[in-house]
Amino acid sequence: MTVHVWSKGGVGVDLLIRGARAVDPQHELDQVVDVLVRKGRIAEVGGGLEATGRTRVVEADGKLLLPGFVDLHTHLRTPGREDEEDLTTASAAAAAGGYVAVFGMANTEPVVDSAPVLEGLAQRAAAEATVPTGFFAAVSKDLAGGQLTEMHELAEAGAVGFSDDGVPLATAQLLRRALQYAKVTDRFVAVHAQDDSLMGSGVMHEGAVSAKLGLGGIPAIAESADVARALEVARYEDGRLHLCHVSTELSLEHLARARELGLAVTAEATPHHLTLTDEKVYSLDSNLKMNPPLRPAGDRAALVMALKSGLIDCVATDHAPHAQQEKEVPFEAAPFGTTGLETAFAALHTGLVLSKELSLALLVERMSAAPARIAGIPSPSIASGAPADLCLVDPKERWTVIAADLHSRSTNSAWLGESLRGRVVLTVAAGRVVFERA
Amino acid sequence: MAKRDLLSIDDLNRAEAELILDTAESFLPVLQRDIKKVPTLRGRTIINMFYESSTRTLTSFELAAKRLSADTMNVRAAGSAVDKGESLKDTILTLSAYQPDIIVMRHPQIGAGRLASRYTSASVINAGDGKFQHPSQCLLDLFTMRQALGRSLDGLKVWIVGDILHSRVARSDIAGFQLLGMDVTVAGPPPLIPRGIESLGVKVEYALDRLAEADVIYLLRMQMERMQAGANFIPSLREYASLYGMTLERLRSGQKVMHPGPINRGIEISPEIADHPDTLILEQVEAGLAVRMAILYRTIVGYDERSTDERGAA
Repeated sequence: MTVHVWSKGGVGVDLLIRGARAVDPQHELDQVVDVLVRKGRIAEVGGGLEATGRTRVVEADGKLLLPGFVDLHTHLRTPGREDEEDLTTASAAAAAGGYVAVFGMANTEPVVDSAPVLEGLAQRAAAEATVPTGFFAAVSKDLAGGQLTEMHELAEAGAVGFSDDGVPLATAQLLRRALQYAKVTDRFVAVHAQDDSLMGSGVMHEGAVSAKLGLGGIPAIAESADVARALEVARYEDGRLHLCHVSTELSLEHLARARELGLAVTAEATPHHLTLTDEKVYSLDSNLKMNPPLRPAGDRAALVMALKSGLIDCVATDHAPHAQQEKEVPFEAAPFGTTGLETAFAALHTGLVLSKELSLALLVERMSAAPARIAGIPSPSIASGAPADLCLVDPKERWTVIAADLHSRSTNSAWLGESLRGRVVLTVAAGRVVFERA
Repeated sequence: MAKRDLLSIDDLNRAEAELILDTAESFLPVLQRDIKKVPTLRGRTIINMFYESSTRTLTSFELAAKRLSADTMNVRAAGSAVDKGESLKDTILTLSAYQPDIIVMRHPQIGAGRLASRYTSASVINAGDGKFQHPSQCLLDLFTMRQALGRSLDGLKVWIVGDILHSRVARSDIAGFQLLGMDVTVAGPPPLIPRGIESLGVKVEYALDRLAEADVIYLLRMQMERMQAGANFIPSLREYASLYGMTLERLRSGQKVMHPGPINRGIEISPEIADHPDTLILEQVEAGLAVRMAILYRTIVGYDERSTDERGAA
């Protein structure tokens, strides 16, 4: 039972990328080299390589060549809300952000809670997705928190893991059962930690900013209390747990203890929680409304430290497209979520690498090899023999995020109007050029 | 020239706030005449858009516009296109086609005024947006205080008592009272004091033991309509009344009592306090008219002192 990703086929590309600074921490690679791709595989990494025949040459002086990114947490909105995103536009957005694999969450309409739904999606991905796309399956039927899905059959159909993301797992017992069955399926359970009673009708982080604005607060403990509960269950069952979008320092304290105990727990953090804080919400811009909400500076700093230390394993976008009319309403009435695929690297490069909070090599590891490892797919790699899963970045390009430039069908980006540095110019996924900036 | 909105009390600096209060004062004589009308805003169009029920705010904005000779109309959510699923954006775009000068808006959601302002060239005056702001209430409160306590409010101690969490009046008043140099304390049951409120520079009290220090006691009602069933903000109104209700026993002589209304006699305010001569509730209502005239006027002519001359007609 292996994890599957699906995409349109096509002939592997012949490409010589010349003179880029290649950074791949898996091989402790950080040097200016030429990379020759032949029929979609990396044929050679070295100096002074020459193109032969029809091989296209990309002169990449001053650019960064990185292993392509992997997103463990994407909302593809397909099936059911293709007006917000479909597999074609999601691929376009992913490719423009340097991603070479994305995994869709199961909270679609219908929910991915049976093998036929998953197989139908797989067929569509094989016909429409340019970037290899995989899928989570739900833990509970219809995300209702009651009956377990047929996890074994879903795993056989290629699901990457199980999650009711979008809503928290209704009961500790449901998580316990899911972790028990996940052992039969060799998959992990990804948890959106949230205590609904503490969340109430909150719409932003509870603190100084919510006090000023009067917006209903989501206390940090609405996340951390549920994280603590999930970790207790995982410890008891020795289960393979993954924590989605960790956002508070309190959660990190519980996670650190779980690590000390040697639990098989992994965790992700989003680009928005790693770079933005709740002060942004003073603008009342509904694109800054997400769940978990943007947190204060102290939480953000703790999250960055955790990403650096490895307590947080990887970056995941929680890319959540929403229709324009749904976001063009007062903050409280807007749905939660920001898009993220197209801005993830640029936002983190600008916010963490250029500010010297995180090294480029670590950022690359956390966006590429780490999520691939959790997903159980081969890590993108700049090494001869590996499939060409690469992205080329212009680290100096300064660009402003503008709705019209985005490839996602939805434009609800928390970074609209922001000036970022570093931009993906070319993406090769599964040996095919999937994005090239004009 | 950029249009002038009044969405939050934070949109005003001290001089601008004081200018509105001075302007309101200059309108007072008009309201004492037999013919209570001046031609100042003749030919101007003012739309009152009320998505939430209101008595005093709507009537006083409407009357203020009429006293200034503006053409005014009221749009209520109930019975309008809003009932038919029209979005706020589309309603604003539609009404803006009439080229109004000012849209006065009340809405149950925070930031609705700011959102509306993006889609209209009219100035937007926020007449209450959910739990966030109610700037005209704050200005009329300041006006009432100036009339009752003298022009300088610097250093006065105000206690705002009650349901702070759900109160846009509290949020506007905290900012406005501080803007004019007052020292603000908020008091109430802990679940109704927003976490993080100290960051606004206020003191927090969970009991009324030190209430005697206050020069002004500003009471708020329990906003039961904003409290979800089972949320347990207060165990009961009875217990609230005994712990936080304003009574004669709790009143020190010389203290003034204010309340934005509507009041709930016997809960946050005892009948004796409601009818007490040191209670300024009706003065607040009265101030509402002159202050809203001043807000409409300043929104049209601006906050430049020199343009005050235009008010000659008043």
